[in-house]
Amino acid sequence: MGATASRRLELVGITKAYPGCIANDGVEMTVKPGEIHALVGENGAGKSTLMKIIYGVVKPDAGQLIWNDRETLIEGPAHARRLGMGMVFQHFSLFQTLTVTENIALYLPRQEYGSLRRLRDRILSVGEAYGLDINPDRHVHTLSVGEQQRVEIVRCLLQEIQLLILDEPTAVLTPGEVTHLVKVLKQLAREGCSILFISHKLEEVRTLCDRATILRGGRVTGNCIPAETTSEQLSRMMLGDDLHIEKSMGVGAPGDDRLSLEGVSVSPGGAFAIALHNIDLTLRAGEITGIAGVAGNGQDELVDLINGELPPDAGKLLLDSRDMTAEGVLARRRAGLATVHADRLGRGSIGAMSLTENRLLTAYVTDSDAHGFLHWRPLTERTRELIQHYQVKASGPDDTAASLSGGNLQKFIIGREIAQAPKVLVCFYPTWGVDVGSANRIHVELARLRDEGTAILILTEDLDELYLLCDRVGAICGGQLSPLKPGNEVSMETLGQWMAGTFGASQTQGGQHAH
Amino acid sequence: MSIDIIENILFATIRTGTPLLLVALGAMISERSGVLNLGQEGMILVGAVCAFIGAYTTDSLLIGVASGLASGALFSLIFAVIAISLVSSQIATGLALTIFGTGLSAFLGVDYVGLSIDGLDEWPIPLLHDIPVIGKAFFAQDMLVYGSFALFAAIYYVMSRTRVGLIIRAVGENPGVAHSMGYRVLLVRYATVMFGGAMAGLAGAYLSLAYTPMWTEGMSAGRGWIALALVVFASWRTGRVLVGAWLFAFASILHLVLQGFGYDISPNLLGMLPYLATIIALVMMMQRAGTAQLAPRSLGQPYYPQK
Repeated sequence: MGATASRRLELVGITKAYPGCIANDGVEMTVKPGEIHALVGENGAGKSTLMKIIYGVVKPDAGQLIWNDRETLIEGPAHARRLGMGMVFQHFSLFQTLTVTENIALYLPRQEYGSLRRLRDRILSVGEAYGLDINPDRHVHTLSVGEQQRVEIVRCLLQEIQLLILDEPTAVLTPGEVTHLVKVLKQLAREGCSILFISHKLEEVRTLCDRATILRGGRVTGNCIPAETTSEQLSRMMLGDDLHIEKSMGVGAPGDDRLSLEGVSVSPGGAFAIALHNIDLTLRAGEITGIAGVAGNGQDELVDLINGELPPDAGKLLLDSRDMTAEGVLARRRAGLATVHADRLGRGSIGAMSLTENRLLTAYVTDSDAHGFLHWRPLTERTRELIQHYQVKASGPDDTAASLSGGNLQKFIIGREIAQAPKVLVCFYPTWGVDVGSANRIHVELARLRDEGTAILILTEDLDELYLLCDRVGAICGGQLSPLKPGNEVSMETLGQWMAGTFGASQTQGGQHAH
Repeated sequence: MSIDIIENILFATIRTGTPLLLVALGAMISERSGVLNLGQEGMILVGAVCAFIGAYTTDSLLIGVASGLASGALFSLIFAVIAISLVSSQIATGLALTIFGTGLSAFLGVDYVGLSIDGLDEWPIPLLHDIPVIGKAFFAQDMLVYGSFALFAAIYYVMSRTRVGLIIRAVGENPGVAHSMGYRVLLVRYATVMFGGAMAGLAGAYLSLAYTPMWTEGMSAGRGWIALALVVFASWRTGRVLVGAWLFAFASILHLVLQGFGYDISPNLLGMLPYLATIIALVMMMQRAGTAQLAPRSLGQPYYPQK
């Protein structure tokens, strides 16, 4: 793979402004051939805009892009691919109902397409060469998230590739899968392919990457060799000096049972749904319970089940020792349950409605002083307080939910539910897409709610968050729940095994079993 | 029933099924790319009247067929501009197109009502048309029927075996991703909509030049709507569209035959037969296929690439 150039990619003074914000401001960066280069920064630091500029999706307002020592104007993603760039998106760009081979065929330029049968063989041989095991005939919707990522990587490797861009690739993987990915990336780098690795997980960056560029507020705030830099120094460059991050959330003092699932099973509701098998789960007042798991292993179903959207086939659900198995969403909310769905715009809010109206969508249960009439002024005022408290970036309560960025909407929705002081709070991805500062605020608020006696359930892929917040941890895999144990008794390795569906390790420790 | 009657029923079935097949194939292609065009009925009528006017004034059936094709494609361009470029609701635009097409065809055809032309001749294929039972149905038809066979085969091949078909499916599945891969979503959708328009125009030409060689107002008689329903029940698969179209045609012929034999069943009940039989058959096929093949994910949703 052509490694003659001294610089694979160089950015000079890249600037891109959107109405109301400067996403990139004079960004300079150099990536050498065969180098694993990290691009580090918080959400909203301008990483994704920069990536899109490199890959030709977005055109910069000013600045130059130098590719293999030559100034180049990238006309679009197809042009970028012809030049030898490949990109693995965070939210995969795959067509769910097509097969792996068909997906890859669409990605390749016409002249390299050949016949599907020949392409199938090439996929298999590339997969073998890099240890990326995929079945070319499967439909993408039947693949796990890790497998889908492999499809994205393989399709980049089918071309002469000189620069592979990965957008937070480890966010969706189990610890075991991460180890495997790291191996693949190192092999690629040895062969001369440069890798641009976007992340905000500092540990990962320190072990994998040769060099790092740090972005904050659209500007480069530092360049370093991660292996020789401490995590503290890195996070200082990422966050600035003024930010105070709370490192400990304290521990809970478990009280009465608030929510109990007793042997609950659910059969799959659709083609892409997961069945839940014999789930036993008890949430206690003043305690945070955390469930890890790779996306699509039954988390959606579990949340829907607790929220009352999915009726169970067997088993019982008790809320405050009342049998509410047959009750719907409204009855459960009235009884003190609050839920934050993963799908913020589809389930947690209505895009075309204002923030005030969206707040009222669930707050009507507790905010019922109006007796069915709406007094807009106090409602607007309360929404404004919510926006300020959680530092939601919005111009005011009249903004529509759809106009907020994902992380900001998440802050708003979780703030809305916390503000109702529920007896039981179920949080799916509490800090998904939220910047470090705001994530910390959400964590502090969740800990406060716990101290006030709320039973909290968190479902997350972020293991750091899990260990930071949760008094008891467990994992879900294929619709089965692992044992739940105090966080300090469960090692990262054990949790990784649980996430992969091996609950057996717990038996030797004498724990209870999931089934 | 003698062999003769069966031969005639099959022959009539294929003839009746041809316009349905043409329209449904065109609608299927544009729906595969994510565009739901409810204007089929209007496009058939415009195609029918233009084909008739073309053939009548030039005395050439070939020009008639060509005018049907071209007018259908051009007429669908109105839909494409409004629903694709101007990102308006596909449902509303399609309905408007049908209403407009019905009116426009009546207006254009007002001087041609009641005139007659020599319709498309049958063109029996030597030897093959002598095959017992099916020979007459498949090998003693006119050129447009043979054309519908060829179009079916071509569409089947393109959709399942070629890159073009793959791109159309990808655009209908997720236009955002297709765009980010460098495919021209709007161009693909324009092309499929206009292909659908041409197919509906061709079906119109078949009606006014071959099936009943004359022009009458509203002569499409709901075929556009039936075709749209067929596409759904056929779960957007080429082969099932063919089965559905011919099945529907067979049932409608059968009800005429049964009436002719003097069975004492209410003609209204018999009239329901084609609809009922087709729906039941296709729903059964759908059940067997499972849930794997659903509607194109972006069907009916406008898409406009972000700059």
